[in-house]
Amino acid sequence: MLHRPKTLLCFSLALAFGVSLLAPQLNPYHLDVLLTIGINIVLAVSLNLVNGYTGQFSLGHAGFMAVGAYASAAFTLFAAPRWFPDANFLVTSACFFVALLLGGLASAGAGVIVGAPSLRLKGDYLAIVTLGFGEIIRVIFRNVDALGGALGLNGIPFHTNFFWVSFWGLITIYMVLALVNSSFGRGFLAVRDDEIAAEAMGINTTQYKIIAFVVSAFFAGIAGGLYAHLKSSIDPKGFDFMRSIEIVVMVILGGMANTRGVIMAAVILTLLPEILCPIAEYRMVIYSLLLIILMLTRPQGLFSFRIRPHPSHSA
Amino acid sequence: MNSTLLLNLQNCTIRFGGLTAVSELNFQIHENELVGLIGPNGAGKTTVFNLITGVYQPTSGRIEFDGKSISNLRPYQITAHGIARTFQNIRLFPSLTVFDNVRVAFHLHLLSGVNHAWWRGASFAKEEQDISDKVIELLRLFNLEQHRNTHSKNLPYGDQRRLEIVRALATRPKILLLDEPAAGMNPTEKIELMNLIQFVKDKFNISVLLVEHDMQVVMGICERIVVLDYGLKIAEGAPEQIRSNPKVIEAYLGE
Ligand SMILES: Nc1ncnc2c1ncn2[C@@H]1O[C@H](COP(=O)(O)OP(=O)(O)OP(=O)(O)O)[C@@H](O)[C@H]1O
Ligand SMILES: [Mg+2]
Repeated sequence: MLHRPKTLLCFSLALAFGVSLLAPQLNPYHLDVLLTIGINIVLAVSLNLVNGYTGQFSLGHAGFMAVGAYASAAFTLFAAPRWFPDANFLVTSACFFVALLLGGLASAGAGVIVGAPSLRLKGDYLAIVTLGFGEIIRVIFRNVDALGGALGLNGIPFHTNFFWVSFWGLITIYMVLALVNSSFGRGFLAVRDDEIAAEAMGINTTQYKIIAFVVSAFFAGIAGGLYAHLKSSIDPKGFDFMRSIEIVVMVILGGMANTRGVIMAAVILTLLPEILCPIAEYRMVIYSLLLIILMLTRPQGLFSFRIRPHPSHSA
Repeated sequence: MNSTLLLNLQNCTIRFGGLTAVSELNFQIHENELVGLIGPNGAGKTTVFNLITGVYQPTSGRIEFDGKSISNLRPYQITAHGIARTFQNIRLFPSLTVFDNVRVAFHLHLLSGVNHAWWRGASFAKEEQDISDKVIELLRLFNLEQHRNTHSKNLPYGDQRRLEIVRALATRPKILLLDEPAAGMNPTEKIELMNLIQFVKDKFNISVLLVEHDMQVVMGICERIVVLDYGLKIAEGAPEQIRSNPKVIEAYLGE
């Protein structure tokens, strides 16, 4: 499949279109859950490139998602109506596509700004810097009045549908897998396994980390855009630290560097709170308990059946 | 020695806090030479490797390779200049297969980047095939081909050491630094390994700097030997000169 990207692209488009034809049959609640699953797959699969394949611990995915959400929503709300006042379906769709791309690019730009200085640092520093970034982004959005301040942006048109979510979901999965399954991309895994040895093999570890970080941020931005046009209103609180943690948990539970597992984890962890909804008071308790039990019993990930690599020794 | 000068260490010193691990070190390696670097435990041999390969920067002094200073380059840039190494405590990529360990080391000679990996055009496919062929060829040369799909951490110890050498060769070095490649091997394995090193040196026409504790081995294979003690070079010369050098005898007896 990976060897025929153009065929795959056409196939993805056709599949996404086919599936979207079924969407009207669903009730709105189920549709909303399904679209959320798709968005979470984009988030988890992209974060897996950094946290799983490249072995860098980023805790700022919600921050990148926020950048993408605000950028794309701002385009849809402020720019698109001015340039195309009476748009038909095609123009609206094209505008939405551009909005998403803008969100992704803005987020990738943020990825460069955050990643370039911090990815030279080792290990835990990155977790702290990305955590800080996520919080700073929220503070910034809360204080920019043009973007709604603490209230956020409201009345974003409902453009996110089955077609776009499955399309971007498939693209994300393809991009990550195609990258990792190439001679160039094996370098990401080498960086994860042993940075000193990777450098000794001629690998510019900083460059690899930045590539992983920027690609990952791009898709987080896309996911943010999809989210904004699904929920129709966004505010800074929606992209807090807990959101980042949720995505990290999907990656860990799926088994780091295991895209299939991460997809399944994204599905299950999105459904779980919904299933637990009737017992709302205990929902978070049960959710947390389940996570703890899973971590203790399957530390290598729910869907990972390989043995984890040994942590490498110092120089 | 009238062949071309390759590696030139000039007055290299490195201090870790109060400890001078390597002090005012001078030595040269020429093309296609096999030089031994010996000394008691803690003498600074591995530190010399780390200096040459850019893991550490010298506190003072200068390192030249092929006539150009490499003192301030990052390790991957130094590898790109043509210096490859193995590690005293094996540092393979444990979760990668034997095949992928070597494949990654072809990185420097790769034309395809991110966009090729995504687009997967004809040139990408051809290059992937080329690299795969070269990896297999190298693995075959070292009798590791049957392990190509084994995760490197599951390889027998001796094979891991040999795989490190193969991986270093894949970067196409002009000089290969081997840090105790025979550590933990029995006498037969050691002899095999030394034959292999000799073979590699001739086949790929490279220089080798070898750190090894077994005197028999070092004396048998090296053309020239540099002796370190407490970070200082105490002797340098042909094996027979080193064997009878009183300073060397003292350093080793005093161990
Ligand atoms: N990063 C470091 N920080 C502090 N001290 C160091 C560091 N690296 C090496 N040293 C010290 O430098 C000295 C030389 O160490 P080195 O590892 O180079 O010795 P060696 O000759 O390779 O010994 P061995 O035969 O045991 O491998 C030792 O005293 C060691 O403790
Ligand atoms: Mg040593």
